[in-house]
Amino acid sequence: MDVQSKYTVRTLILEIIVVIVGLIFLIPFYFLVVNSVKSFGDILSNSASWPQQFVWSNYAEAWKAIDFPSAFGNSLIITVVSNIFLVLISSMAAYQMVRKPSRFNQILYFVFVAAMVIPFQSIMLPLVEMASKYGLNNSRIGLIISYLGFGAPLSVFLFHGFVKTVPLEIEQAARVDGSNRYGVFFRIVCPLMMPMFVTVIILNTLWIWNDYLLPSLILSSPELRTIPIATYSFFGQYTKQWDMALPALVLGITPIIIFFLFLQRYIIQGITAGSVKG
Amino acid sequence: MPKENADAKGVEMMNDIRVSEATQGAAKSAGRKRLLQWLHQIVFVGPATFFFILIVLIPFFLGVYYSFTDWNGISRQINFIGIENYTHILTKDPDFRNAFWFTVRFTVVGILLTNLLGFVLAYVLTKPIRTRNMMRTIFFMPNMIGGLLLGFIWQFIFIRGFAAVGEATGIGLFNLPWLGDRATSFWGIVIVFVWQTAGYLMVIYISSLNNIPKDVLESAEIDGANRMQVIRHIILPLVMPAVTICLFLAISWAFKMFDLNLALTAGGPFKATESVALDIYNEAFTNNRLGLGTAKAVIFFIIVAIITTIQVRATKSREVEM
Repeated sequence: MDVQSKYTVRTLILEIIVVIVGLIFLIPFYFLVVNSVKSFGDILSNSASWPQQFVWSNYAEAWKAIDFPSAFGNSLIITVVSNIFLVLISSMAAYQMVRKPSRFNQILYFVFVAAMVIPFQSIMLPLVEMASKYGLNNSRIGLIISYLGFGAPLSVFLFHGFVKTVPLEIEQAARVDGSNRYGVFFRIVCPLMMPMFVTVIILNTLWIWNDYLLPSLILSSPELRTIPIATYSFFGQYTKQWDMALPALVLGITPIIIFFLFLQRYIIQGITAGSVKG
Repeated sequence: MPKENADAKGVEMMNDIRVSEATQGAAKSAGRKRLLQWLHQIVFVGPATFFFILIVLIPFFLGVYYSFTDWNGISRQINFIGIENYTHILTKDPDFRNAFWFTVRFTVVGILLTNLLGFVLAYVLTKPIRTRNMMRTIFFMPNMIGGLLLGFIWQFIFIRGFAAVGEATGIGLFNLPWLGDRATSFWGIVIVFVWQTAGYLMVIYISSLNNIPKDVLESAEIDGANRMQVIRHIILPLVMPAVTICLFLAISWAFKMFDLNLALTAGGPFKATESVALDIYNEAFTNNRLGLGTAKAVIFFIIVAIITTIQVRATKSREVEM
């Protein structure tokens, strides 16, 4: 957007300032990673310096203490399964609402959109009560179902906006060729909706993967813990025991950072598309 | 149904058998078509609607009902007590008032700072800077980490990291008890919030800045406008839609903040930094007053709904202008 795209002295000064600000932004990560391989005494004596010696066993202990493989697996299963069903049911619902705008569907869509306003705190207490009454507490399925319900409004809203831009002519041609409604949806419309699938999946992944409150209310047994719950309960036990806590935090943030570095382009695109419409 | 009745009447009136057969056939296939349409409706819309009603609508309305009761989660008997919870919250609950006041102050300060930083970063990073892709990555990265883990990471930074920087540089600011004091813990949460969210808003501002047509900027430059004039009179009006989006996103994050609050200060010291979301949580799970908690949640919902309505109105009126 800059008029002259020449690299001037002014640009150089700007560049230096930005790099300094960027380094300041990274300082918390420096503290986190450097101190995660120090002995406890080393952390307390000087937190800013380079480790006197690398204590890699911190990681082995933290790995065991938060049962990282189990926490990672739970987070992964819950995020992936919720995502698959969430995009499936909300894209189908949005498609039907756009293509068959009956009075019923219009009202239904309005209710979905209006419900986006409801903060989680306003459904949390009765939801936990209901979950324990119907045996959905302390189960991954119960948690996934909760995500499907609470995530549906935004996902339906995003797909609804996108389906409207899918040209009807293509679908009509497919129908003439003898495809039924399901064929048209899965073979013609779904491929066209790919960009929106990416957006919805990314927004929901960031939400579900990092969510603490809902899983903490639904899941109680240690073997079902997700990464945020495992981290939280770990901190309750080892307050201020930084040589254990810091490696656990590094382990906790590593998967999502890797996810980001690999899919950065899609994540940025997804967030831009999702927020412009949301 | 009424259509089939009419068909049946028509059949009765006309005695021609062949016509009657044809009408019956048409009615049958129309009926099948309607059945098929119902089936489609149920298959396509049914699952999303089912989970939505089960997880959002029913608990929401149950919550409104419970807010008029003395529900405590233990006793089986739940008594209807009218608006007692609400009068209690509005007249006899300093915790809620404090939490509300904290949340408002935090939201105002937080959204202003994060939008300002997000916009400045976006403005600079749309210039032809060599490291700009790397810088965008760095500024965006904190966003990927959830509030809970960020809160714990920053606990360490405030307690140990700042102390170390303070020792090394002798700057008094870093030697303050950041999370142990009312005023500084407020700013502590603001700092982490801005650090976490500015990059997200930066991404939105960048896409908006990239959409500004170059010829508009060029002609402004030819007309002799200086940089500040260009920003104020050309860029800002053109990115207004993005500003509205970003303000709304930031309000929604700040007002509903829970994870970061819980992990960084847990509302302390002495409930000085307790957000409304955290207060509702504590009322329900620490004090076991679930009826009171749901009443607070209803009030919380009403406030969020009002803010959102104002926001939607503002966006709509802007869209007309564009």
